[in-house]
Amino acid sequence: MKYMMFVCTDPEPDTDTENEPDIDVWVAENDAAGRRLQGMVLAPRSTATTVRVRNGQTLVSDGPFAETKEVIVGFDLLECADLDEAIEVARTHPMARGGRIEVRPLADFEQ
Amino acid sequence: VTHGGQAAAAATEAYPRIVAALIRITGDWTLAEDCAQEALALALERRPADGVPDKPGAWLMTVARNRALDVLRRASVERRKLRELAVLALTAATELEPQEEVVDDRLRLVFTCCHPALALEARVALTLRTICAVSTVDIARAFLTSESTMTRRLTRAKTKIAEARIPYRVPTGPALTERLPGVLAVLYLLFTHGYNADGEPAFAEEAIRLARLLARLMPGQPEASALLLLQHSRRAARRDADGNLVTLDKQDRPRWDHAAIAEALTILADLPDSGPYALQARIAACHASATSPEDTDWPRIADCYDKLVRVQPSPVIELNRAVAHGYAYRPAAGLALLAQARAGGALDDYPLAIAAEAQLTARDGDRERAAELFRLAAEQAHSESERRALLERAAENR
Repeated sequence: MKYMMFVCTDPEPDTDTENEPDIDVWVAENDAAGRRLQGMVLAPRSTATTVRVRNGQTLVSDGPFAETKEVIVGFDLLECADLDEAIEVARTHPMARGGRIEVRPLADFEQ
Repeated sequence: VTHGGQAAAAATEAYPRIVAALIRITGDWTLAEDCAQEALALALERRPADGVPDKPGAWLMTVARNRALDVLRRASVERRKLRELAVLALTAATELEPQEEVVDDRLRLVFTCCHPALALEARVALTLRTICAVSTVDIARAFLTSESTMTRRLTRAKTKIAEARIPYRVPTGPALTERLPGVLAVLYLLFTHGYNADGEPAFAEEAIRLARLLARLMPGQPEASALLLLQHSRRAARRDADGNLVTLDKQDRPRWDHAAIAEALTILADLPDSGPYALQARIAACHASATSPEDTDWPRIADCYDKLVRVQPSPVIELNRAVAHGYAYRPAAGLALLAQARAGGALDDYPLAIAAEAQLTARDGDRERAAELFRLAAEQAHSESERRALLERAAENR
């Protein structure tokens, strides 16, 4: 089962900053276990461009499409047995404390 | 016990096991529920002449399984791949009889229904629907919503379980400790839905049944069932003949369910004073074991609230703590704590906060002011029975 992990910022990060997990250790462990298939960090939000096509016209505008306080800063594609395993992987990511993580399964069109 | 009563009891007992086993084997929630319902209906239609099967649980399980096989074999072509897998699994399944293994199935199902990845209200509804076999109409009524809205909510929860693959298992190790309070919270919410003035009494019975099951299957976590048993023990004394709420100090104590109280006290005897449910159960036990209101061990109750407010801080618990201190020591001490509890503003729309002030003021001797406060609380009451009870209090203090 594939899950996408959106790594986001959060206006209220954890105040407990002791024993913060190390991102390099997290990547190495999950890569070795075959749970992390891919992952990238995005350039800052200020570099985002939104593209729409309406009535045949291409509309290009500066900035992300949602003006929220939470910003997606990266993503990881996971291969996990079930949601509990995906939650466990997300829980141990440093940004689960520094921000928040959205876990979503990829749509399965086979079923 | 009549034949019909026996059959109905066996069917109710067997239902969650059948649903749980069919979900485990086929992974299809709707199929599992439909087939278990049909088996149940068939069992209730049996006439006395048909006799009670030796093992009603096993009989029901076989009927439900055959029905599931039937449905799957006739299912549409698009779903062939899934269907073939399920038919294979069902045919191969040997653990259909309600053995120990299947008891675990129910517990797995409880943890799936109460998974934190589902919305809280969906968890309660799903637990009622899947484990307690309560109809969608009745659940909708309890949540003050329409049947179609409730159907959509349940379908959405079941779809998420399938598509996000919420596992069907009891977590182990630290995950179990983290998830158990969530399960207890659902049971407690289920219970209060039955216990509230305008609630559905059958839900309280279901919550007790599940809490007992949880206590039996997971020794070491019995505090929730103790708490529910104690609250439930007062059900016969909580309303007068007109359906009005009767407050604790006026309840006819011999009408309490003393067998349930004894069961709860036995459970509590071996438990330390820690954890929110154990502390709340301990408080309920102080009330339950007092033969009269004057006989209540208020200092012990105040002590439990002091601990409770540390492990589970909330404005309502602070409010109850203030009342306990007012009764245990001086009303003025209670009123001071009450002012503290209300300072944050969280109790502004809570009529019982005014009622608590009224109660403590009456105890302090100012009956006129107390009556005024009770009337004020009645104006803000959330339900008709609550309003009547508060007005009665106002009248007594005049």
